[in-house]
Amino acid sequence: MNQLSNFKKGFFKENAVFVQLLGMCPTLGVTSTAINGLGMGLATTFVLLMSSLVVSVVKEYIPAKVRIPSYIVIIASFVTVVDLVMAGYLPALHEQLGLFIPLIVVNCLVLGRAESYASRQSIVSSVVDGLGMGLGFTMALVMLGMLRELLGSFSLFGFKLVEGDGILMFVLAPGAFIALGLLTALINHLRKRFNPASK
Amino acid sequence: MEYFIIVFSAIFVNNIVLAQFLGICPFLGVSKKITTSLGMAGAVVFVMTIATLVTYLIFRFILMPLDIIYLQTISYILVIAALVQMVEIVMKKVSPALYQALGVYLPLITTNCAILGVALLVIQNDYNLMESVVFAIANAIGFGLAIALFSGIREHLALLNLPKGMEGVPAALIIAGLLSMAFMGFAGVV
Repeated sequence: MNQLSNFKKGFFKENAVFVQLLGMCPTLGVTSTAINGLGMGLATTFVLLMSSLVVSVVKEYIPAKVRIPSYIVIIASFVTVVDLVMAGYLPALHEQLGLFIPLIVVNCLVLGRAESYASRQSIVSSVVDGLGMGLGFTMALVMLGMLRELLGSFSLFGFKLVEGDGILMFVLAPGAFIALGLLTALINHLRKRFNPASK
Repeated sequence: MEYFIIVFSAIFVNNIVLAQFLGICPFLGVSKKITTSLGMAGAVVFVMTIATLVTYLIFRFILMPLDIIYLQTISYILVIAALVQMVEIVMKKVSPALYQALGVYLPLITTNCAILGVALLVIQNDYNLMESVVFAIANAIGFGLAIALFSGIREHLALLNLPKGMEGVPAALIIAGLLSMAFMGFAGVV
């Protein structure tokens, strides 16, 4: 597989949220606005990129039996970096995302890529894969955040588009599930329509 | 009374899955059949209680005195990973049938954010040891309740004729949304 399609697969064909259903907790938990979704997506992308890089560099030195704990320690280190940097430079966003920053460590997407991709492929492929998957994840979060913000408060990235209160439910917990359900249904439909072979 | 408030609030008002969005992966992943979802819930009760207890002690007696709280995330996740490994070994020996059923999802308990989430929330809420353990058990029961209700509905959902795009996960997510809405009825009780 060439690097371009390796990069692109994270956005549509193997999108973490819509297709693989990985990393659902932050997807649902922080996407009450598009900005929060973007912040969370980029933080996850950074962790994914760096952990893919490190895992693929050290993969030959880690005994198979302790590989999962080792990957978790690598991931947790980068999550701590993100946590501290964000608390220092973006305190408002850090406050908003709250518990979900340390929880990047248990995002199935990050560990999944380390185990199923970065531990088997070359360094360059792993980095490209991590970046593509991370940005695909970010895209999904921003899409969901935009949908919820638009329906929930009639605004987009904090700018009010239409006067009025919006449908409050979409900002609250049930709206997260329902909005993601509708978006996933749409993506499923589009995938079947444009790519009937890959069901 | 205080414990009752913690328990009621953790199970119904701030349900860990339906209101706080923790533990969504197993919630969606192993909820196709009631029996497997109950097995998962049992594993979560066990792991969550022990993990919260152990991480609480580590925080109070190692991380705080040494002033290395920034190692919280790393140390917690390692403890949880080790515990899950232990549960896996015990379950394999004691109940091979259950082990077979849960299969790939048991290692995934490590990456069940509910476990780490509760361990972190306990510190955030400033609970003492007893309150922490009660909180952990209550949250695990809340998880079990949510996943049992959800899998019951999903078993029936599988028999319905849905539009092609809605089949499977999208329909399940909307059901989860409706469940979450039902649980919102408890808001303000405590």
